[in-house]
Amino acid sequence: MIKQRQQRPVVDPRLIQPILRTGGAYYLLVALLAAVVAAGLYVWIRQIRLGLAVTGMNTPVYWGLYITNFVFFIGVSHAGTLISAILRVTGAEWRRPITRAAEAITVFALIVGGSQVIIDMGRPDRVLNLIRYGRFQSPLLWDVTSITIYLLGSITYLYLPLMPDMAILRDSLPTEAPGWRRRLYRLLALGWHGGAEQRRRLERAIAVMAVLIIPIAVSVHTVVSWIFAMTLRPMWHSTIFGPYFVIGAIYSGIATLLIAMVIIRKAFHLEAYLKPLHFRYLGILLLTFSALWFYFTSAEYLTTGYGGVPPEMRVLNAKLSGEYQAAFWGMVAAMSIAFVVLLLPHLPAPGRIRLPAFRPRFAAATGVAALLVAVLIFNQAGLVTVLTDLNVGPAAPALPWLLAALVALFAVSVLPVLRQNIIAGTVIAAFFVDLGMWLERFTIVVPTETRPMLEGYVIGIYHPSATEWILTAASFAGFVLLYLVFVKLFPIISIWEIREAEEVIPHTVKKQSYLPEVGPMSSKG
Amino acid sequence: MPRWGMVIDLDKCTACQACTVACRVENNVSFAGPDEYRRGRAIFWNTVVGVMEGEFPEVRAEYIPMPCMHCDNPPCVKVCPVGATYRDAEGVVKQLYDRCIGCRLCMQACPYNRRYFNWQVPEWPGTFTAYRNPDREPQPRPKGIVEKCTFCEQRLRKAREEGRPIGSDDAEGVVPACVETCTGGARYFGDLDNPDSIVSRLSRSPRAYRLQEELGTEPKVYYLRPGQWEKES
Repeated sequence: MIKQRQQRPVVDPRLIQPILRTGGAYYLLVALLAAVVAAGLYVWIRQIRLGLAVTGMNTPVYWGLYITNFVFFIGVSHAGTLISAILRVTGAEWRRPITRAAEAITVFALIVGGSQVIIDMGRPDRVLNLIRYGRFQSPLLWDVTSITIYLLGSITYLYLPLMPDMAILRDSLPTEAPGWRRRLYRLLALGWHGGAEQRRRLERAIAVMAVLIIPIAVSVHTVVSWIFAMTLRPMWHSTIFGPYFVIGAIYSGIATLLIAMVIIRKAFHLEAYLKPLHFRYLGILLLTFSALWFYFTSAEYLTTGYGGVPPEMRVLNAKLSGEYQAAFWGMVAAMSIAFVVLLLPHLPAPGRIRLPAFRPRFAAATGVAALLVAVLIFNQAGLVTVLTDLNVGPAAPALPWLLAALVALFAVSVLPVLRQNIIAGTVIAAFFVDLGMWLERFTIVVPTETRPMLEGYVIGIYHPSATEWILTAASFAGFVLLYLVFVKLFPIISIWEIREAEEVIPHTVKKQSYLPEVGPMSSKG
Repeated sequence: MPRWGMVIDLDKCTACQACTVACRVENNVSFAGPDEYRRGRAIFWNTVVGVMEGEFPEVRAEYIPMPCMHCDNPPCVKVCPVGATYRDAEGVVKQLYDRCIGCRLCMQACPYNRRYFNWQVPEWPGTFTAYRNPDREPQPRPKGIVEKCTFCEQRLRKAREEGRPIGSDDAEGVVPACVETCTGGARYFGDLDNPDSIVSRLSRSPRAYRLQEELGTEPKVYYLRPGQWEKES
């Protein structure tokens, strides 16, 4: 261990290594992503020249992948700030190594999400009309306002806790580090010296921002949903949309954070900081939102199906058994897989299960009770009639799919790796959650448009064009690229907050599960 | 101040589509061409929608010509973020082509799908060039914005400038192109607030109805229900 100068705590080299040393793989990845982004730029310029005819959009499918991506990315942006803010406000100490990673996701997802709207506009050159002639009667202006405030708030909220780290880097950068880095950190540190008054003010500012950012974040995805819900379109005009979108947003946000965490952990060897406990806790959070998602989704679809209003049924049928069944049931399958994989580690191991069904008296009692209930329910109507009245008939063609999904789920659930390796399991689930959420955004945006309310009106067809797919790929690539640049400039794990934890949290066994056990962090020079 | 409205008698309509053609030429609506038409990029300020009822052989076809409904409570105007669409003092729903940002929220809001987006640069391919009238208002719209039926606002404006009467009540009255051209004489145009006008009287007919009235959009295009068709036994 290198001896540091007086009164300067040693920084764990693992935390600044990503900033100081860059391997060839990093440059290769950056070049690859930059190429995809460049391809996106090229097709976008072409789209501006030729008009939106280069997309698959048409009359009456006025919105397509761009708006799907918009809703998805704005949703992902809830990762960060909201999760990190809630964990800060509730004083969850295990948050310390993950807040920065989450807050950065928020800022970059907002930038990418916001740009989707510009891409989708017929006249992006007139974007300033939104300020010149903005009308607050329009849900679109609510979005512009809310997302702008959220972006500014998130940047502030990312920057405030970054300030002491900038000072740490400014002071502990090795001499061979390039001068621009030193200047950058000196500038961003804003003269931070870590005095008592400075610390008091910073902690106050962070606390205030953490509280403020929560209602702003909730408002963001609520007004995103209101773009749809404020129109009279079937299956859009729904009061549940605000909370439904917010739930989905946080859900996909946690998932994206988990994926980012596992990559950071592996790439920068930060296993000591991003521990299984973090994945377990975030996995439980993800599981909770998975349950909420199923609750909201079934509430929405059952209400629509049971009501059976013809314009809404046309949309519902398009999703359940029409041309969008692959997207819809794909979403259901992805979410189901995620749910099971997340639940697995919390169930007793197969060898230890003692099924009461194998106890004769218990099994007999259960059987009789089940029979009684079944007879009571079905003796009058019969199962088929009940299913018909519930309007789930259109779902019948999907039953083989569901069966296949169930079999697949069962097969997956016996994989011991998912049960033993909490990190692998949680990240696999997170991947399916993000996939499912993208499909959910798609099945909300497109099918409704294809079935206009007016009977006799043309049924819409939508096949996304190559331009749209390339721009979608470029958006995802751009998001990762922004993140990659960020981890090279700034410590992705908050150095001072970890150090603070060493001081403020009493040493317990529990503490060791979410912070590095012993290390240079606590040693003073 | 008049409140312009239209009445379309479905018993007189022969679904000949002359209204659609007249509207195109009058308003310099671009031709999409067969390929773009198939992709759903064609623009129809006026269109004729066919509704089939019943099962073969007891089938009944109904054709509904549809201009913009010029709602008194227009959902499209409500949602526009920049005020590019508005309802003028005479109740006509208009579009400001040089302010529209092309977000297409108004198209989502319209329950009649009566708004159209310029997906590409307007074109008059091949021999269709002859149908483009560069001297007449309204000029072809640029790509990337929304356009719609205006009850031929240019005709109404010109009539007022020249002091000519407007509406179907007068034999010389100026009316929108679709009304003027209607081969069956099925369309009427005039002031709904004048209790003696033809449109006002017809709008109070027991046959009169409006599309999706239950939405509360208060459309100013009225339809006269076709008479009951009895199968001879």
